[in-house]
Amino acid sequence: MSQLFRIVVTVAGLLLVWQVIVSLNELPPYILPGPLLVLETWVARADTIARHAGITLIEILLGFALGSGLGAISAVLIGYHNSVRRWLFPVLVIAPSIPFFALAPLLVLWLGYGIASKVTMAAIIIFFPVTASLLDGLRRTEPGWLDLARTMTAGHGRGRWAELRHVRIPAALPALASGLRVAAAVAPIGAVVGEWVGSSAGLGYLMLHANGRMQIDLLFAALLTLAAIAVGLYFTVDAVLRRALPWQPDSLPAEGSPASNASTR
Amino acid sequence: MVAITQDDYVWPAAVGLTLRGASLDYDGRSVFRDLDLDLPAGEITCLLGPSGVGKSSLLRLIAGLAPTATATALTASDGAPLEGRIAYMDQRDLLYPWLTVVDNVLLGSRLRGETPDRDRALALLEHVGLADRAADRPQVLSGGMRQRAALARTLMEDRPIVLMDEPFSSLDALTRLKLQDLAAELLGDRTVLLVTHDPLEALRVGHGIHVLSGAPAVLHTPLRPAGLPPRDATDMSLHARYADLLHRLGGGGTTP
Repeated sequence: MSQLFRIVVTVAGLLLVWQVIVSLNELPPYILPGPLLVLETWVARADTIARHAGITLIEILLGFALGSGLGAISAVLIGYHNSVRRWLFPVLVIAPSIPFFALAPLLVLWLGYGIASKVTMAAIIIFFPVTASLLDGLRRTEPGWLDLARTMTAGHGRGRWAELRHVRIPAALPALASGLRVAAAVAPIGAVVGEWVGSSAGLGYLMLHANGRMQIDLLFAALLTLAAIAVGLYFTVDAVLRRALPWQPDSLPAEGSPASNASTR
Repeated sequence: MVAITQDDYVWPAAVGLTLRGASLDYDGRSVFRDLDLDLPAGEITCLLGPSGVGKSSLLRLIAGLAPTATATALTASDGAPLEGRIAYMDQRDLLYPWLTVVDNVLLGSRLRGETPDRDRALALLEHVGLADRAADRPQVLSGGMRQRAALARTLMEDRPIVLMDEPFSSLDALTRLKLQDLAAELLGDRTVLLVTHDPLEALRVGHGIHVLSGAPAVLHTPLRPAGLPPRDATDMSLHARYADLLHRLGGGGTTP
């Protein structure tokens, strides 16, 4: 509760600074609109913003589902086949450093101006953190758990699959969860980059459109809506994962996730 | 709930185990060479030795968890293959954190795709005093409770041979005494190899006691204390044996 209070106070403080900068410098609204003007525009154009936000939200959710699903399936398949893993794991480790955003124009060329290219963009950048984190989790199963399972399945023939299904995968779920948290954080980026490159709808499109017409207040209203979607998605995913993995200690939040910083405070 | 008593429960037939010519090298150093060990059917055999002497490695070798050296011969007294007839209990409880206590006890049947016998699992949990914690996750249990749950899981496996690697070493003295009694009672006439570094534990629960010491480690003449386990920790005759075992552990024992 006190954490929420501090967030509210800090955000209110930043809005105040924003308003003060605009007032003191007498900046025109087409350079930097004040927060009150942005709020007015947001209310006045609520239906337009909602329509575009809906499309962006669908792109984000589909991209998240597709990227996470394919990432998890690939990780399990790669983890099951040791030889495949030895060849693919090094590639998967370096893959996240490749700027896949640069593919966005190509995706628009191949998949068109609709949501398919945006969903694909989001799915591609989600795929790698999810695959890499789950695969890492599958590799790091507590050896004692595997020994125990081995003595229990000795002479039963189904040892390897049972080991994966009942030991390795459940043991790797906390690692998958940290991958999904990263995915939730990057999914909106993928969708908006796709929209910037070529689209006729969505918050990214609305921002470019407003920018071109000097409607900077509308641009800010769209940007804040996008931020709200991103934050909402992250905290929803985080809450679902906490509920789904109750054995995972709260003291070990995902590495590199915003929650890991927030929860230690 | 079904109570398990000696009358209505059929123990698996006792099977003895013979190990011949067990050898292990670690980092180019010979841990033990040509060890022979007999586990008499239906008895608890304790393997006592200082830390790092290779007693856990010997147990893992029997459990099939270590690469078996070619010279090692491991045979059951009834001549049937050993595969699938050994239960293993580690020093750590190794309870899976995502499963409830009762599901941990049912782990073996889950892994083998068998229909889980929930009633028997609950009865075993009642025997180890955890009936009311069956639906809890392991992390809310104390160390002693966790090890009792692990004991129930080991017994649930219903194997004629049970290998226990320092199963009570992480517990406080009082809990350890209670668990030794419980284990000695519940293991019935299974053939048990219990690895320990605690001479008193060996004296309390072992029908026979082997001391493994030296580098490369050798097995000394087995000791057979009088009476049946679990023996009373306050028995004065145990204390004489205790001094003897400490002496042997120090390396001053008579080699066969």
